[in-house]
Formats: sequence, C-alpha cells, structure tokens
Amino acid sequence: MAEETHIAAGQAAAPAIKLRHINKAFGAVQANRDVCLTVVPGTIHGIIGENGAGKSTLMSILYGFYEADSGEILIGGKPTPIRTSRDAIDAGIGMVHQHFMLVDTMSVVENIMLGAESGAILTSSVAKARAELERLERDYNLDVDPDALAGELPVGQQQRVEILKALYRGADILILDEPTGVLTPQETDQLFRILDSLRKQGVTVVLITHKLREIMAITDHVSVMRGGEMVADRVTAATSKEELAELMVGRKVLLSVDKQAPRVGDTVLSVEDLTYVDRAGVARVDHVSFQVRAGEVVGIAGVSGNGQSELLELLSGIRPMTAGQVDVLGERFSAARPLDPAAMRALQVAHVPEDRLRMGLVRTFEAEESAILGYHRDPAYNRGLFMNGEAIRSDCAKKMADFDVRPQAPALKTANFSGGNQQKIVLARELSRGPRLLLVGQPTRGVDIGAIEFIHKNLIAMRDAGSAVLLVSVELEEIMSISDRILVMFEGRIVGEVPAAQADERLLGLMMANAATEEEALATHPGLPGAIAVEPE
Amino acid sequence: MADLLLNLLLSFDATLRVATPLVFCAMAGLFSERSGVIDISLEGKMLAAAFAAASMAAVSGSAWLALGTGILVSICLALLHGFACITHRGDQVVSGVAINILVSGLTVVLGIAWFARGGQTPSVGPEARFTPITLPGAEALADVPVIGALYSELISGHNLLVYVAFAMVPLTWWVVYRTRFGLRLRAVGENPNAVDTAGISVARLRYTAVLCDGVLCGFAGTYLSIAQNAAFVREMTAGQGYIALAALIFGKWRPVPAMLACLMFGFLDAVAIRLQGVEVPVIGPIPVQLIQALPYVLTVVLLAGFIGRAVAPKAIGTPYVKER
Repeated sequence: MAEETHIAAGQAAAPAIKLRHINKAFGAVQANRDVCLTVVPGTIHGIIGENGAGKSTLMSILYGFYEADSGEILIGGKPTPIRTSRDAIDAGIGMVHQHFMLVDTMSVVENIMLGAESGAILTSSVAKARAELERLERDYNLDVDPDALAGELPVGQQQRVEILKALYRGADILILDEPTGVLTPQETDQLFRILDSLRKQGVTVVLITHKLREIMAITDHVSVMRGGEMVADRVTAATSKEELAELMVGRKVLLSVDKQAPRVGDTVLSVEDLTYVDRAGVARVDHVSFQVRAGEVVGIAGVSGNGQSELLELLSGIRPMTAGQVDVLGERFSAARPLDPAAMRALQVAHVPEDRLRMGLVRTFEAEESAILGYHRDPAYNRGLFMNGEAIRSDCAKKMADFDVRPQAPALKTANFSGGNQQKIVLARELSRGPRLLLVGQPTRGVDIGAIEFIHKNLIAMRDAGSAVLLVSVELEEIMSISDRILVMFEGRIVGEVPAAQADERLLGLMMANAATEEEALATHPGLPGAIAVEPE
Repeated sequence: MADLLLNLLLSFDATLRVATPLVFCAMAGLFSERSGVIDISLEGKMLAAAFAAASMAAVSGSAWLALGTGILVSICLALLHGFACITHRGDQVVSGVAINILVSGLTVVLGIAWFARGGQTPSVGPEARFTPITLPGAEALADVPVIGALYSELISGHNLLVYVAFAMVPLTWWVVYRTRFGLRLRAVGENPNAVDTAGISVARLRYTAVLCDGVLCGFAGTYLSIAQNAAFVREMTAGQGYIALAALIFGKWRPVPAMLACLMFGFLDAVAIRLQGVEVPVIGPIPVQLIQALPYVLTVVLLAGFIGRAVAPKAIGTPYVKER
C-alpha cells in the first residue's frame, strides 16, 4: 500500500474514512479481498471499477448493509464498528443509493424525516424538519419543494432529496453509488456543482462510478478496484483516463472506436408516421419518420422512457403499431398488416433487445439453447421431429469462440454467465447470420468496459459489412462514438437529427430535455449547419 | 311516514351492530396491510377469538377475562402469521389461508372435546357478556323530536364494544397519519428499502403492525360470541373477515373510507333481515335467499370496478429481502 501512505502523508487531519484489510466473501465468491482505503476529509474521492469489482460491496459494508468478514473501519481516526445502517448514520455516513430509497407516495418532508423523527408524535417533527430543510436548501443551494410527493419529482430532484436526507441526518461523509446513471448531462452537471459546493463546506464525498469522464471531471483522488481488490490509488490530477481504464481492466483498452467513413447504400428501413398509443391512451411513439440505409449506423438518443424502447419493440414486431407504415427491405407493413418477429427474421432483420434477461435469453436454459432462440426452426438445428443436439452444441461452441464468450461452455446455464458474456451470447446469435438490418437496444448496459470495446467493434464491423444498424441507447458516449447520424427522441417524437461528427453532449442533452429549439441549438452551436430540429406538432 | 322513519332508524341501529366486527377487522387489516403483509387470516383470527372468549366466559363467567383471552389467542395467531411471512418470508396468502383452515377445524374439535355440544359453547348469562348500556340522558331526551329519537334509539343502547369499534377509526387514523409509528408503517408498506436504509428494522416494524392486527381481531371475535350473541357457534364468523377485507380495499386502505364501506355492508345486511317476507307489488314476497345474497352480489359488482382503481401499498405481499 505504498500509494496509500503517499496520499495520507501530506495531510495533517485524520482521514475521514480509513478501511483496513477488509475481507468479504459471499459463499465461494471473494467480493472484497484485503481492501484498504484512505479518504481525505473535505475531498471528493472516486472509486472506479468494472461491474463485480467489489465497489458496491465495499460501500455496503461501510454503510452497514453487510458486515465484513474481517478488517477494520476507522471514521475520523476512531475505530468504528459498523454492523447496521443505524451505526453508519450515527457515525455521520450518508448514502445515496443507485436506486433511490424514497417512498413515492410521501412528501419530501416526510421522506426526509423518516427514521430521524424528533418524537413519537409527528406535528413537532414536521415543523422541525421543515425548518431544517429550509436551512439545508439555503446553505447547499439545493432547491426542492418540501410538499411535493417524492414520486412525482423528476429523477434529478429525487436525487437531491436523497442528498438532503443524508445531510438532515448530519452526515459529513456522503457516499454516492453510480449517481449519474439516470441523469441527463445537464442534471449531471448540476449534481457535480452540488457536490462541489458540498466539498467547499467540508463534506467528504465518495463517488462510485464506472464512468471515467466523471472521475476526471470532479474527483480529487481516485481508487481503482479490480476483482475485489484495490489495485491503485491515484491523485486525479496526476493520472489519465487511459491509465485508469488500463488499471480497471488489467490490460490496454481502446477508449475511442476506430472507424472509417460509412459507405452508405440503399435504404433498408423506412419508417413513416409510425405511431403507438398505449392502453392508457398515451402516444408513446408519436408520428415518427426516418430512414436507415445500408452501411450506416443511426443512433437514437433520449432520456430513458421517451419512447425509444417502444420504437424498437414496434420495429421488431413485438408491439403492434397503432398507425403509420414501415418499409423493410421492400416489404410494406402497417397497422393492417402488422410486423411480427418471425416475419422480420425471415427478412434477415436481427434484434438485440434492450432487456436481455426479459426478452433476449431464458436464464434457466443452457447457453446453447439460448444461442438459438428464435432460430430454433432452422433445419440446421433439427433432424426430423427432434432437435439436433450435436449441431446445436457445435454451433454454439463456434459462436462462443468467435465472440470470445467466457467460459466457453455451451452446456452451462445462461444465468451463470456474467452480464457481458450473456450479452455476447445474444449478439453472437443475432450477428452471426449477417443480418441486413440490425436493431440494437442498450447493447452495453451492465457490461464491463473490456466487453464494451469488443461489442462496439463488432457493431462497426456489421456496418462495414453493409448492414443497416439502428442503435438505441441512453449512453450518450456510446451513441456518439458508434453512430453516423443521431436522432433525438423526446416524449415519443423525434425532435431533431444531428450528424454524429457535429454532435456534442451539451447539444444532445439540451435536445433530449427538449430545451433546444432549432434557433437555440444553432445559436449555442454556431458551427452546426447540419442540425435539423424537427418542430414538434 | 313516521312508521317508515322508525323502520329506517331501526335499520341504522342494526347496521351499527352488524358493522362492528367488520370495523374492527378492517382496522386490523389496515395495520397489517399498510405494513406490507397481506392478511387473509382476519377471518380465522376472529373465529379463534370468538371461540376463546366464549369458552373463557363459560368457564370463568367474566366478560373482561373473556375479552383478554380472545385478544391473546388472536395475537398468537397473528404472530404465527408474522413468523411465517416476516421471519421466514413465506407466501402471505398461503399462510393466511392455512390459519383460516386450522382455526375452522380446531374450534370445532376443541369445542366438542371441552363442552360436548356439537361444537357450540354453553350460553352465558348477562354477567359474562357485554350487554347494551344506556348512555346518560337517553331516557330524558327520548321525547325530544328527531334528536331524542336519534340519540336514544341509534346512539344509545349498544354494548361497550360497539363504541370501542367506532372509536378505533379516528384512533387508527391518528396513529397512521400523525405518529412516528404511522409514518414508518406507511413507509414500510410502500418501500421497505427506504425504511431499512434509514436505519429502522423492517421486521420489527412489521411485527408491531401484525400485533396491532391481532389485538383488533381479538376484539372482533369477542364481540361476535359474547356481545352480539351469548355463545360460540361453529363457523359463526361466516365470511365476515373476508367482507372486512373487501371493505378495506374499497376504502383504499384508509380508515374512514374503510369504515364507511363496513357500514354499507352492515346496512345491506340489516336491510336484508328487515326485508324478509315483505310483500312487493307485482312480484310478491321477496325471496329470502335473494336478499341474503345481496351483500355478496354487491361486493362482486363493486370490486369489479365501480369504486375506481384501488392502489394497494406497493410492497404488499412481498417479503423483504435485503438486496445484494
């Protein structure tokens, strides 16, 4: 732990958090192995690592969700045993969880005082909480309506409520677990401003993330975890994205996607006025029109829940369309002649669904069975009435080799593969047939950085081989690095189109929040003649 | 005209008596279900309490001792439900149904073994029952028009447990919406994770809720056997626990609307009794069976969507497991 002492050396004050040799095992899995960590008070300390690297386990131990098998926790220099969340709260630790811990049907005030009421009867608690909330909102510049129902607030505000909750309990150490996953870029910027002001007021912030950009943008120190171990501590200013990525994965990683200019061919998919109205009468997809041509990747950006998922399901034939028409490779579909998944497959349209566990795989199936789902009627897999087990197995083994699925065990249950490898099984199934149109949803959700690189490379390879690719993702970085053209969806409509070369996060973020009209977009981005903002109806 | 009014008044009077066990059970269910534990065993707990109270009343001759026994037995069953659903994360509906079946058999078996009257308990005298009490001033006011009649006929002249039941409604409201326990109760039924991360034990909170449920069901059962009646009769709850559960859902898990739903069911029941044998022009006498089926028919009709969508506490029915 040479680096650790190096960081602590220049500081006079006792470290806000000091973890000594923490071990934690879940059955045979060693989630944390001899982890040491020192966090300097009044700083923002990033913890970065791939999924399953043990970051969340470590923080859960610090917040009293789990007890460590061995090791010691020192808070402000004092050994502090933490067995329950109550112990952690008493030690001044607050946590903002990845999935917010709010009661949707209660007001902000009620949420904030839950568990920290001042007496058995609420009247005085409410008054006290309200006054304290006003003070906190003023001091930290966190603006939230105390009487709003938590469930009706936008996610960015819900997160503020979580931060206020921690501060209300007197937390001077704030842990944030993947806080930006649900935020738009603008909300992320706001969050970072909040964190910055917290730091100025002396609060110690621990930020858990797998996004390198965020680490570089806001943290003072960064610790890298890999395979349950703490592999490095760095001063952020003295490191780089490339170094951190290499430390996380354990090998060199290409962060940007290498790609040539697209060689665009004929139109493969043409969508006109496609509309989908759900049972509640809400138009989830609202008169959407666009085209995708062979040899290009069209990305659809948007804050999750603005109709992208529905669009993808409409195009793959899972959801019936309400109105409009879709031309796929010369075949015309409409409400009267609906798309269906089998017909789409026959047309060589492949679909990588957003939610692989719900739609892409059957968890309890063996990998070789999951690898032929939807194509199981292919004569190659059948022999008369029965399925051809040998053919299926050898086919799966080949796919696993081609797509670097680990472990290469066709007979292993699907559920026993990691998220990234499950995704590779789906991709192998859909890509290995050389589809002419590829519909992809969230291809790298929950996938490690090393596998992301691999998946991106394969998508580009499909494009270069002449497939038309439609990519839906909430990860802006992904959309920007893979796509050739970017469409932005807001409340079911396409509100704008930007050539990828001219896109940046700010512009896309504004369009995703529907804050940018054409003029504004052009005004803030004068060098953007290609931005076409489609006027909503 | 005056005759009709008096009839109506007597129907309302009967309504209160019939609705009393429903109100107790609905409030009981409210505590449990608001904490996220489905309670189908209201019926069973009420039946067990009715039997226990009647047995104790027959043996000891004390109504108060009987009430205590009824509550105790009901609490034991509530804790059994809690043990299955909270500690062992079992299926809440299955556990509830199991308790109902267990009690339905056990009360008869024990009744035959102890009293040898085919499952009934011996009738007890007024000293071992909760008998009607006349409120002060009822007789003096009886001759005052309207108010007098209302007070002396409708309000006065019920047994103590009726008043306790209706006092439980504002009390439940106050506990649920105005106390720390109530805040946590509402929170744990919606999002137990929020409660756990706030440093509060989910299991303890749910056990407390289930305990409240047990106490109130004990009152309901005791009322049935030694206040409304004078002995335990096999299956004497006759589905009232389920009706109370329906009332709770009608009332969207809120105390006052739930009580109103109980009163509506009670009123239908009271009217059903009054309408028996009444001649209706053209049709003739109303068939008794039809009248008796009315509350159940109405339950189905109302549940089928006339009351708007009832949104249950979000975490209801799901055992709490700390997520990884």
